[in-house]
Amino acid sequence: MTSADFNILLPEIVLAVFAMAALMFAVYTGKDRTAPAILWATAAIFLVLALFIGINGDGAQAAFGGLFVDDAFSRFAKILILVSAAAVLVMSHDYMAKRDLLRFEYPLLVALAAVGMMVMVSAGDLLVLYMGLELQSLSLYVVASLRRDSAKSTEAGLKYFVLGALSSGLLLYGASLTYGYAGTTEFAGIIGAATAEDLPLGLLFGLVFLVSGLAFKVSAVPFHMWTPDVYEGAPTPITAFFATAPKVAAMALFARLVHDAFGGITAEWGQIVAFLSVASMFLGAVAAIGQRDIKRLMAYSSINHMGFALMGLAAGTAFGVQAMLVYMAIYVTMNVGTFAFILSMSRDGRVVTDIRALNQYSKREPLKALAVLVLMFSLAGVPPLVGFFGKFYVLRAAVDADMAWLAVAGVIASVIALFYYLRIVYYMYFGEETEALDSGMAPTQWALLMVAAAVMVLGVVNLFGIEGPAAAAASALVD
Amino acid sequence: MEPIILFAPLLGAIIAGFGWRLIGEYAAQWTATFLLFLACLLSWAVFFSFDGETQQIQIFRFIESGTLAADWAIRLDRLTAIMLIVVTTVSALVHLYSFGYMAHDENFREGEHYKARFFAYLSFFTFAMLALVTADNLVQMFFGWEGVGLASYLLIGFYFRKPSANAAAIKAFIVNRVGDFGFALGIFALFFLTDSIQMDIVFESAPELAQTNLTFLWQEWNAANLIGVLLFIGAMGKSAQLILHTWLPDAMEGPTPVSALIHAATMVTAGVFLVCRMSPLYEFAPAATAFIVVLGATTAFFAATVGLVQNDIKRVIAYSTCSQLGYMFVAAGAGVYSAAMFHLFTHAFFKAMLFLGAGSVIHAMHHEQDMRNYGGLKDKIPYTFWAMLIGTLAITGVGIPLTHIGFAGFLSKDAIIESAFGAHTGVGTYAFWLLVIAAMFTSFYSWRLIFLTFFGNPRGDKHTHEHAHESPMTMLVPLGVLALGAVFAGMVWYGPFFGDHDRVNRFYGVPAHETVEAGDAHGEEAAAADDHGEAAADAEADAQGEAHAAGWTPGGGAIYTHPDNHVMDEAHHSPAWVKVSPFIAMLIGLAVAWLFYIRDTSLPRRLAENQRPLYLFLLNKWYFDEIYDFVFVRPTRWLGSALWRRGDQGTIDGFLNGLAMGVVPFFTRLAGRVQSGYIFTYAFTMVLGIVILVTWMVLS
Repeated sequence: MTSADFNILLPEIVLAVFAMAALMFAVYTGKDRTAPAILWATAAIFLVLALFIGINGDGAQAAFGGLFVDDAFSRFAKILILVSAAAVLVMSHDYMAKRDLLRFEYPLLVALAAVGMMVMVSAGDLLVLYMGLELQSLSLYVVASLRRDSAKSTEAGLKYFVLGALSSGLLLYGASLTYGYAGTTEFAGIIGAATAEDLPLGLLFGLVFLVSGLAFKVSAVPFHMWTPDVYEGAPTPITAFFATAPKVAAMALFARLVHDAFGGITAEWGQIVAFLSVASMFLGAVAAIGQRDIKRLMAYSSINHMGFALMGLAAGTAFGVQAMLVYMAIYVTMNVGTFAFILSMSRDGRVVTDIRALNQYSKREPLKALAVLVLMFSLAGVPPLVGFFGKFYVLRAAVDADMAWLAVAGVIASVIALFYYLRIVYYMYFGEETEALDSGMAPTQWALLMVAAAVMVLGVVNLFGIEGPAAAAASALVD
Repeated sequence: MEPIILFAPLLGAIIAGFGWRLIGEYAAQWTATFLLFLACLLSWAVFFSFDGETQQIQIFRFIESGTLAADWAIRLDRLTAIMLIVVTTVSALVHLYSFGYMAHDENFREGEHYKARFFAYLSFFTFAMLALVTADNLVQMFFGWEGVGLASYLLIGFYFRKPSANAAAIKAFIVNRVGDFGFALGIFALFFLTDSIQMDIVFESAPELAQTNLTFLWQEWNAANLIGVLLFIGAMGKSAQLILHTWLPDAMEGPTPVSALIHAATMVTAGVFLVCRMSPLYEFAPAATAFIVVLGATTAFFAATVGLVQNDIKRVIAYSTCSQLGYMFVAAGAGVYSAAMFHLFTHAFFKAMLFLGAGSVIHAMHHEQDMRNYGGLKDKIPYTFWAMLIGTLAITGVGIPLTHIGFAGFLSKDAIIESAFGAHTGVGTYAFWLLVIAAMFTSFYSWRLIFLTFFGNPRGDKHTHEHAHESPMTMLVPLGVLALGAVFAGMVWYGPFFGDHDRVNRFYGVPAHETVEAGDAHGEEAAAADDHGEAAADAEADAQGEAHAAGWTPGGGAIYTHPDNHVMDEAHHSPAWVKVSPFIAMLIGLAVAWLFYIRDTSLPRRLAENQRPLYLFLLNKWYFDEIYDFVFVRPTRWLGSALWRRGDQGTIDGFLNGLAMGVVPFFTRLAGRVQSGYIFTYAFTMVLGIVILVTWMVLS
């Protein structure tokens, strides 16, 4: 362990130290009264770290003998994680403050989850992978049940915890099988053992279990069951957080694992990922149609989107990874905007999540309704909005990798999914007259909603140049 | 100067069409009209100053795609120069005329704005027509071709509240589409074989095309003939020749100025122009030209017979137009392109005038169009009467036989009839006889129109007759100008169009002329002899033939005649009885008309009752519409509704609706049921998932 190793790990260490120091500070001073300050500080430090990583990072370095990898891929994912987590923190302030939920633990748990996620995406070893994953998961179990007095919130947290434990068990089982057959937990070593010519059955089993554990984290079908319940039960800002940063982290980890450790047997895991992708796209599309609760609907929507992102991964190519990264970046942006709006949905100060409450929304709030319309169309992948390009990217990756059937399935699923996005738009513009929603909206939420919608429209020019970094990230992972 | 001629009408259309809200309707009308008169003035200047040398004026790069490259350029030669004056003159006069005619239109509601739109359409039409006639490549020509089709559609359907007008507009558009398809195929074939759409290159490769075979519709064809026929199919649609003529009479649903401009003087002659423009190609396509002659002659005859019994004043003139277009095609098909252009030129004047005169009558009679309700209007609307009379004298071909003195139609029509005879072929003779008979019919129906409208006692609504009034000056001035043309155009331009070979060649800028004089003493001698008498013309033609063989290739001048093509000279040497026959036919027609409609007005009724089947056959236009309705329209409708009801609604919608309303909701409910909320279900699903994945991986 040298100082160079710690240097590489600097952002994670800074964040972890900050989280612990702030925890001490809050406990010994004003407790929840310090929560707003800590929240803003956490968001700020997220952004600073994102900036630091963006500017400082260069090339590929490994720390602690390859346990921890810092390359273009991990930097791309980390920046996305940190920025989206900051956005979620910022927009949740108003919601939580109004409902007396703003505890100082909340931003700190998010910060610790972020540390876990950053470790995940940089993992070069199965044990580091597991460590990061658990740090993230444990933080998330707690925030999911942040509202201790609400049965739903605690139920969500408990369900998540039990199923998460199951998935961790699967993952660990897979890790031990892999270790047993490869003789090492390092990715660099596993890839030497896992070759297409001579693949031990145990290693294949290990792969399946590892993938299953990760599929749980990205809520891919059939490991998705927790998602709707947790999304619905958790307080909305937590839901927003669940839908964004952890998804990026899990997806990046997924890519990291299958390419770094199992890059030699692309065809094998490609089948699994393709299966997960198709199942997720269709279930996400079909099941969401029955939902009236916008949070559950967004849960299925995210399952659907994960299916699309996995399609890029299933291609097993550098371009596929690039497509996946672009897709995730777009997905996160759309979700931040949409959740900023969902957070503002209330009537007489009480949270409303029924989509029928949006009836005739356009009459009262034309601008916001327009922004939501743009986001919905973009989520559905209607050209020329940015969401379409995300889908186009992954479809192209699938077609290029001779998986046209997967692309066709994706197109069909997106047609089905179009229905529920359009239904929201329909309610807003053509629905029956109902009781109005509160018109107020916190400035941060309003700004994030508008920025996300504007990005969806303006991004069509060049996707804000995200393709270049994504391509660089992908080539760092797949050669 | 030429670009101004081309784009001034477009500018007028844009200003009148989009800018009238800013500058007012009246100003918009005047702007369009002023720009048209400007174009007209410049066109005449170009016509008179033009020296016969073909010029190309580049404007911009039009298409650049693979080997297909084309400029948007103005091809200025004699043909273009003639068409320029025809189009802009008639158009300018029609613009002016429309001020009066469209002033109060009962098809529009009080306070509704329609005039600027009308003028915009007229100007747009003019632009498209000019684009057509100035085209330097076939795609540019096709652009104009479609543009005039669009303008025609818009103007026929101008009275959009009338279902019949809408139906007529659609009919015109669709029938033209059939022709356009042929035209487009012709262009494709030319591009396929010559790898170019440039006129010059196409013309140069015409002799080669005559040697080429092309497979089309599972059969080998001679390329030149095939392309000639395909292009002519386009011309048939636009120029309302038999088979594709049915839209023209219906097109009379449009306002009368439109009929005068588009459906008499300019657009319908585009087909004739096309054949003349492609003369280098047609000279190498004997089968195609024979087809043109037969079809033209048959159309001329057919339309004239139908015209005999029509009662709507505009329909009579419409069939007359159709018939006269047939004449032009006979000339073009016989190889005397110059005579075709001559008739096109004179016909534009007198037919536009007849239409505008008819419009004036209709205007006077409060939009009554049935001639049976006219009568005795001679004194009520004297100017209109005189104009119509001049027009009739021109179209029926009044003049002094065996001289070059007479009304415009006398010279140009006789030129065509002589050309048909001079072709000395089977089809030529067929055409000659049909055309002479058609000339007799033409005379009959034209005089019938005059007698029914202006002579005799007033029939129909008494109130209308009492209020019949002469049209305003804006409508009479164009009539006067066109009357000048109808009287003098033939006599003034007989020489260049149908005089001796030399003069015609010089007029069209055909370079052979110089070759003859410079290179061949015999030719020079012959040419000199030709000045003295026509006896030496045969020899001269031979010399010309040698010169052709020695010197020039197709595309040198505005029109090209094959070295073996002596039809024009043959026509000049037709026997006297041939030259007099159209005149006699005209006299017979006049006499019969007089007998029927002045002397004993009960005769027509008695004849119609005696010959009822024949009368109905003619009255129903040979049942073309009914046959088409049965053969094409109904099966298409049936097919359309079958595809719609069973195919679209039944199969596709049924499938998708079943999927969207049956299958997807089923799975939605299923997914909802699985999502039970019980944690053991969730865990079970996960385990199930992993079992499936492991099994699959192990098995595969």
